Amino acid sequence: MRSLVAVLTVVAGIVGIWYLACVPMNIKGVLDAAERAGEQVQPMTAKERRDASAFGLVAKNGFAISRVWSVERPRLPAPHQVAVELWKTTVLKKVTSKRSLIYHGYVTLSATLMGFGIGTVLGIALAVGIVHSKVMDMSVMPWAIVSQTIPIIALAPMIIVVLYSIGVQGLLPKAIIAAYLSFFPVVVGMVKGLRSPDHMQLDLMKTYNASGNQVFWKLRLPSSMPYLFASLKIGIAASLVGAIVGELPTGAVAGLGARLLAGSYYGQTVQIWSALFGAAILAAVLVALLGLIERVLLGRMGVKS
Amino acid sequence: MQMTSQVDSTTDHHAAATVIEARDLNLVFGSGDASVHALKDINLNINKGDFVSFIGPSGCGKTTFLRCIAALETPTGGSLMVNGMTPEQARQNRAYGYVFQAAGLYPWRTIAKNIKLPLEIMGYSKAEQDKRVAEVLELVELSGFGGKFPWQLSGGMQQRASIARALAFDADLLLMDEPFGALDEIVRDHLNEQLLKLWARTNKTIGFVTHSIPEAVYLSTKIVVMSPRPGRIHEVIDSTLPKERPLDIRDTPEFIEIAHRVREGLRAGHGYDE
Repeated sequence: MRSLVAVLTVVAGIVGIWYLACVPMNIKGVLDAAERAGEQVQPMTAKERRDASAFGLVAKNGFAISRVWSVERPRLPAPHQVAVELWKTTVLKKVTSKRSLIYHGYVTLSATLMGFGIGTVLGIALAVGIVHSKVMDMSVMPWAIVSQTIPIIALAPMIIVVLYSIGVQGLLPKAIIAAYLSFFPVVVGMVKGLRSPDHMQLDLMKTYNASGNQVFWKLRLPSSMPYLFASLKIGIAASLVGAIVGELPTGAVAGLGARLLAGSYYGQTVQIWSALFGAAILAAVLVALLGLIERVLLGRMGVKS
Repeated sequence: MQMTSQVDSTTDHHAAATVIEARDLNLVFGSGDASVHALKDINLNINKGDFVSFIGPSGCGKTTFLRCIAALETPTGGSLMVNGMTPEQARQNRAYGYVFQAAGLYPWRTIAKNIKLPLEIMGYSKAEQDKRVAEVLELVELSGFGGKFPWQLSGGMQQRASIARALAFDADLLLMDEPFGALDEIVRDHLNEQLLKLWARTNKTIGFVTHSIPEAVYLSTKIVVMSPRPGRIHEVIDSTLPKERPLDIRDTPEFIEIAHRVREGLRAGHGYDE
């Protein structure tokens, strides 16, 4: 109960800062509109105001402050504007509508999950290879690390162009970009996890004359589970980012990335922010879902909770 | 089970039933200036049914010798036979159960499932697994704890479970590397007493590493006093204590006399130099 109060206090603080930030961010737009409407504004011309500091403008034009939270195309939309937009595009729109955030979220989600699946399987397979083969350890691991140093925003268009030229388009290219981001944490976590059994536990298996397969299934894999779930949580969030980035270069018509892109083309900041929040909520739900699976599975594996 | 023990007892009469035979055994770790002579010219016979303790200060090679028997280390010279085979063959034949200093139970398995681990690996049938788990749990007085997870048990109970795990399959040789080293003295006394009973009931050969003199004297039929740098056997003391040993045997003059000999041996072997 006390922690709930603390959490709500922090949230209220963040929202408060956000509302305050709207004042200097939006004041120029509000004053320009007021001038066009024939109101008295200090200083008088848009040119002068452009060079003035935002805080100075706020001080000189107190009457305009109340309007900064309801601008139609604000630089920084107020929290309630984003909330209303989210409400309108999810609950009030039919999911089949091209303006429904649920529809766009679903498009991105399907690419995210497919990419996450590919990335996880690939990541675990690579980790198993790396742990069992010295050659793979030395040859694959450096490439896996290098792969993550290339900005995905630079790589995504190339992946899409290359795949398009061999006739692959639609969901798969986006999923591959998502997989590209999500396999890495899985590899790193699983390598660490599969190597987590100590000498004594490995010696014990040796005294039973256990085969490599038995060591893997009975010792290494169960030992790696906590590491795997930590990685999966990072992986699925990265996968969502990958799916969104994958929607940008195609000028995609559907998906959260497409909403972001369309919003920025038309200066619809409220739409951009609501798409961002849509993505954040989606990520939170996915991570929470993984957390739930983790708790159930590790609980059955006897971990104290 | 019945059959094999009969066969074993007949072989008892034929050959001297040597389970472990070390001849001029040497083990050097590393090479050049950095090399460590862990074991030097070890000669030792362990007979079937013996309870042999290895005692000495750290660095005397007692654990290393046990690990050589288990084929977890490879000697660099001399010969070592376990059940008439090389240690590697003996390991592949699952000739021994090994108990480590830490219980090392898998936290994601219940006690019963932990004990089943070697049985699963060795391909015992489900019914046989359940039967053996019940047997060894009873043997270490943990019946009723099979469904518990390791963290729900005390340290002493966990160590007993790990002994049960080593007893679950048919190995006549039990190798124990300071199994009670991390436990307090009260628990340790109790486990020592239980271990003796268990040894009497199962007729196994036990190799036991310790650095406690009372523990070594109380448990053993044979005490191997070792000394460090290079690791070697200083003296082998045959215990004259009867096989039946209540805890208060430790107050008898005979016990104190043997303990005194062990202490003298350790001192002469520079066991107290540091």
